[in-house]
Amino acid sequence: LFYSFFKTLIGQQVTVELKNDLAITGILTSVDQFLNIKLDEIRAVDDAKYPHMMAVKNCFIRGSVVRYVQLPASAVDTALLQDAARREAQQPTTGGAH
Amino acid sequence: MTEETHNAPVEPNAVEEPLDLVRLSLDERIYVKLRGDRELRGKLHAYDGHLNMVLGEVEETITVVEINEETYEEVIRTVKRTSEMLFVRGDGVILVSPPVRTN
Repeated sequence: LFYSFFKTLIGQQVTVELKNDLAITGILTSVDQFLNIKLDEIRAVDDAKYPHMMAVKNCFIRGSVVRYVQLPASAVDTALLQDAARREAQQPTTGGAH
Repeated sequence: MTEETHNAPVEPNAVEEPLDLVRLSLDERIYVKLRGDRELRGKLHAYDGHLNMVLGEVEETITVVEINEETYEEVIRTVKRTSEMLFVRGDGVILVSPPVRTN
């Protein structure tokens, strides 16, 4: 479900907050089933928390180190999302007995 | 030897699993406790079996304990931040509940 959700956000600018308190803003270029994320044109949100930013323009972030992803509310169709989540409960797309 | 030791529900609606209770909170405001002394309050738009969630209009509260080494006092502060739409990764979630109200 969230894999598809992120695919609809490709091209949007998002801010990824990692478990080590780093916050990176960039344009979402790619996502996979593990919710690994590729970002382009990245900028540090708070320079003090994110060193070595000059060397890096694009990055690959392992899904497991993500704490949050901040999204523009305008990019999200909440009704569609809620509907999909309701259906997901009946029939999970990754494994599941039903 | 094929014995049914578990009574699996034939009708999905007969028994409610914990995730079904979360399902009832869709489009409602909820309270989420996360690892790292963090709490979120927001509107639940989506969730999955890992407890990954998308929350709207969310307020995050981070609790910080500062200790004054000289006076031995503990100062408890909270830092609040807000987001209009936030994806939360499930592996940080501890609990999910309707908002805690002091009745």
